[in-house]
Amino acid sequence: MRVILKEEQIKRIIQTLAKKVVKKYKKLDNLVIIGIHTNGVYIAQRLIETIKRLKNKIIKLGYLDITFYRDDIGYRKEIQQPKETKIDFDINNKDILLVDDVLYTGRTIRAAMEQILELGRPKSISVLVLIDRGLRELPIYAEFVGKKIKTTNNQQIELLLKETGGNDTIVLYRK
Amino acid sequence: MLKQPHKFIHKHLLGLEHLSKEDIELILDTAKPFKTLFTRTIKKVPTLRGRSVVLLFYEPSTRTRTSFELAAKRLSADTVNISVQTSSVQKGESLIDTAKTLESMKADFIVIRHSYSGAPYILAQNVSSSIINAGDGFHEHPTQGLLDIFTIREKKKKIENLKIVIVGDILHSRVARSNLWGLTKLNAKIVLCGPPTLIPKDIDKIFPQIDIEYNLDKAIKDADVINILRVQFERQLEHLFPSVREYSLLYGMTKERLAKAKNDVLILHPGPMNRGIEITTDVADSVNSVINEQVTNGIAIRMAVLYLLSLNQ
Repeated sequence: MRVILKEEQIKRIIQTLAKKVVKKYKKLDNLVIIGIHTNGVYIAQRLIETIKRLKNKIIKLGYLDITFYRDDIGYRKEIQQPKETKIDFDINNKDILLVDDVLYTGRTIRAAMEQILELGRPKSISVLVLIDRGLRELPIYAEFVGKKIKTTNNQQIELLLKETGGNDTIVLYRK
Repeated sequence: MLKQPHKFIHKHLLGLEHLSKEDIELILDTAKPFKTLFTRTIKKVPTLRGRSVVLLFYEPSTRTRTSFELAAKRLSADTVNISVQTSSVQKGESLIDTAKTLESMKADFIVIRHSYSGAPYILAQNVSSSIINAGDGFHEHPTQGLLDIFTIREKKKKIENLKIVIVGDILHSRVARSNLWGLTKLNAKIVLCGPPTLIPKDIDKIFPQIDIEYNLDKAIKDADVINILRVQFERQLEHLFPSVREYSLLYGMTKERLAKAKNDVLILHPGPMNRGIEITTDVADSVNSVINEQVTNGIAIRMAVLYLLSLNQ
């Protein structure tokens, strides 16, 4: 097991990502953020908090659970406990920033996009992730990446965030 | 490491008797996000794309059959309705043969309602499709039990230690049995109430924790929930109580009776209602009544059941 990021580094990465987001979306008026359950939501909340400190603007946050949109139902045996998708605002013509913890095969983002497009027609969708571990299986691209690391398929990344009782470290280990 | 979620190992849903407390809670928790879909324009998710669900109903039903059909459709599964009156059953085909035929057509799920207790169990032993019991004789109606529990939990935020009165024809009621299994597993305090002839002998031997009270006014005192069962006229009740009028006087839920219960008592009824017999119209349409919500919740519960069973196919 190897620690890839510690508390201080995570904080700095989110700071940098927030600045990049502010730079791209300028006035932030048309931006909404959607976090993918579970860790994506926590990252999104931290990002919104940081943007608020930078620009004194509060970006709307929605929550998305992709369980019912997975493409591997019937192939995987382990149960995914679905959570509520909660997007209380109109997404038509909005710029959506989709936030997740780790970008890997790209299948989660695909499922998330399918669900978002059923809710309306946003102006744009971009992706922000804390970690891009490579090994994409679909043509999915993240515009905002906190840290890139090279991994193999028999490794796993786990986020031990404070929100889930951890101490804000991210570890990589063999399955 | 994060806590692993509870593993759901069932391929069939034959009754709540066979489920654990954790299984039931998982179904309820899974139904919750499905329910949030119903306020969207597109109420459908692609979860069971390509799967087929056959609805095999040997007894009449509107809400359960429609509810299962909508649940399957909202999961993007294909549904087939078999109306027994126009099927080969009329030519004398046996239950197992009918099911084997459906299995050969690769039905992933068979939802069955039958007047014989245990019919779904026989199917589960003989075919490879997932079997869902949509009501078998006097035995169980598990999805009704689950949707009742879901509705109660949604309103009362818990089940444990709630006083829940089940009123009416317990003897012939599969709804009552599924409620009993489910609610006792979740540690509710249950009171059965009805004419002595309609409360099964020795039921307290199977469920030692429950109470029996023949007087409705006494039973509903301090109740958090009153689940009113339908008087099942099709079950040859003539010898079991003297008259419908007497039944409704002693066991009908009226506005006057409701006034003696807690202000926030919930009124449930599995439907279809005999208005004016077991429940008066003003009670059925009162603020305490969650009868319409039960119907909405039923779809979410059946989606959760189809989804969870599909993981073990």
